[in-house]
Amino acid sequence: MGKSITKAQAKEMYRTMWKIRRFEQEVFEFYKKGQMAGLAHLYIGEEAVAAGACAAIGPQDYIGSNHRGHGHLVARGADMGRMMAEILGKEDGYSKGKGGSMHIMAMDLGILGANGIVGGEIPIATGAGYSAKYRGTDQVTLCFFGDGASNEGTFHESINMAAAWDLPVIYIIENNLYGITVDTRRVTKEHDLAKRAVGYGIPGYTIDGNDVEVVYETVKKAVEDARAGKGPSIIECKTYRHHGHNGSDPCVYRTKEEVEEWKKRDPLLVLEQKGILSAKDIEKIKAEVEPEIKAACKFAEDSPYPEPEELMEDIFA
Amino acid sequence: MRKIYYRDAVLEALDEEMARDPMVMMIGEDVGVGDGTWRCSKGLMKKYGDLRMKDSPISESGIVGMGIGMALTGMRPIVEIMFSDFMLVAMDQIVNQMAKVCYMSGGQKNVPMVIRTTIGAGRAAAAQHSQNLNAVIAHFPGSKIVIPSDAYTAKGLLKSAIREDNPVIVVEHRKHYSVEFDMPDDADENLLIPIGKAAVVHEGTDITVVANSYQVGQCVKVAEHLEKKGVSVEVIDIRTLVPLDKETIVKSVKKTGRLLIVDEGYTSFGVAAEICACIQDDVFYDLDAPIRRLCAPDVPIPFSPALEKFICPTENTILKAIQGLL
Repeated sequence: MGKSITKAQAKEMYRTMWKIRRFEQEVFEFYKKGQMAGLAHLYIGEEAVAAGACAAIGPQDYIGSNHRGHGHLVARGADMGRMMAEILGKEDGYSKGKGGSMHIMAMDLGILGANGIVGGEIPIATGAGYSAKYRGTDQVTLCFFGDGASNEGTFHESINMAAAWDLPVIYIIENNLYGITVDTRRVTKEHDLAKRAVGYGIPGYTIDGNDVEVVYETVKKAVEDARAGKGPSIIECKTYRHHGHNGSDPCVYRTKEEVEEWKKRDPLLVLEQKGILSAKDIEKIKAEVEPEIKAACKFAEDSPYPEPEELMEDIFA
Repeated sequence: MRKIYYRDAVLEALDEEMARDPMVMMIGEDVGVGDGTWRCSKGLMKKYGDLRMKDSPISESGIVGMGIGMALTGMRPIVEIMFSDFMLVAMDQIVNQMAKVCYMSGGQKNVPMVIRTTIGAGRAAAAQHSQNLNAVIAHFPGSKIVIPSDAYTAKGLLKSAIREDNPVIVVEHRKHYSVEFDMPDDADENLLIPIGKAAVVHEGTDITVVANSYQVGQCVKVAEHLEKKGVSVEVIDIRTLVPLDKETIVKSVKKTGRLLIVDEGYTSFGVAAEICACIQDDVFYDLDAPIRRLCAPDVPIPFSPALEKFICPTENTILKAIQGLL
């Protein structure tokens, strides 16, 4: 694996990863300046998972996301201006500022919603899978969550049902090694979480989550299986968040050396080192992304805060 | 007028709605092959197939969450939670997810799904199979709750719930399933009882009794008994807990000046407390007596029938409570 993407695909994946990187850097800037209320759970360091996985699905498909969800949404093509406006609590945000950073939904893109409860989105994404089967479509659902969520009851309940009924759902575990401050290896005996697939009778893959090509190929295979009626898969992507759990995390639970080691395997660097893209290609992509990021930030800053009248709206349809 | 068992009225509603709309399906423990724990889905699996009448594993969070995912993608699922006590196992999916999707998405997407569940102490099922948790669910904004009191409302409210564009929890009473009720002839496949509307089921002028579910029938019996003694009791069946039809209650209390609230939930922090509090501003100067409540005592529900008989209001305790207010 890791040898099959075209140059055009590599360009697109690099572009997606760079967009996520820049978007998250700007989120952190807003956070540090006090313009962003609440918590900033940054996806920096994990970009290859979202970029590779979302490149393997079509426009008709669904994704379920989590509290560290900006990357999934950018990779899915969500409007970065509306995303940033939501993150800043503004009226033009995807949810008019009512959901915020951890809960962005964009149903027009099949984004079932990010979720503030760890593991909360897993059964919801599974239901979208049931729905696709019920309605007789070939839609698949990618369900993103972390190593932390893999120890929630919803993980077991959902994957058990998806397996029993051959639902077209791909469960993508972004194993970044830490549930907030707790090292996953201190709270689970088996560190390769995809091995749990054996217990459900479905395929499980533990892969390098920092290699976008590997992620893409693995998800593509799982998507093909799901579309063919062969049911769900678990894909565990070993990855790492460069920042802490959120913007104010001093990271006392991990060493600087460990962080530096993982930064050497930065997903952008990993793709650059494959030699598919020239320095010029990369420079061009970065130059093209920059105005989009600037425009998104400006859109969000210019957007007004919601009016007080908005408070009691949208409780019911 | 025809006679029908409550469980068959539920079955009629499910059957008619599934026949009408192919996007309606049901998922839950024992709903399919077993015809439903309460026999409310008898024959539906044979008629509609495995995918539409889905027997699930014992995974309450999982099936409620699945329902949300289905509702977000064009379906109208009905999730059955056998005992309302088991909703506690799925509370995150019910109140943090299902009830909040519409608001948290800024109204992008609504969740047209139904949770059917049951209440009813008095069956020696003890403290984890007997609770009435309506107040717990009602506390969270974002879900509607309907509580039928007979076969007619069981059918009409369930059908409305299935067609509603927001999440609705339908709370059936286990003591009702095997009871035969009168069903008006016009309660056919077009029967829809509006959500959010209470009904005055026995008119009176001396005191208002607000009840729900199984207690409505008991209160009407007491009202009929007192009528012969010259006491005129108005009984209101709230039918919908959320949104509560405050107007009908206020109108009645303004007329009678007295109010007793009867509910099978725990007394403290409950449904009766909320009804009492929310009408105060409107009725304070019309009251001739303090508002009283008659609910379950604040105790885990005991197993032994010798103790359990003290949990739910009875015709006798309702009668005494009314007399105490006159």
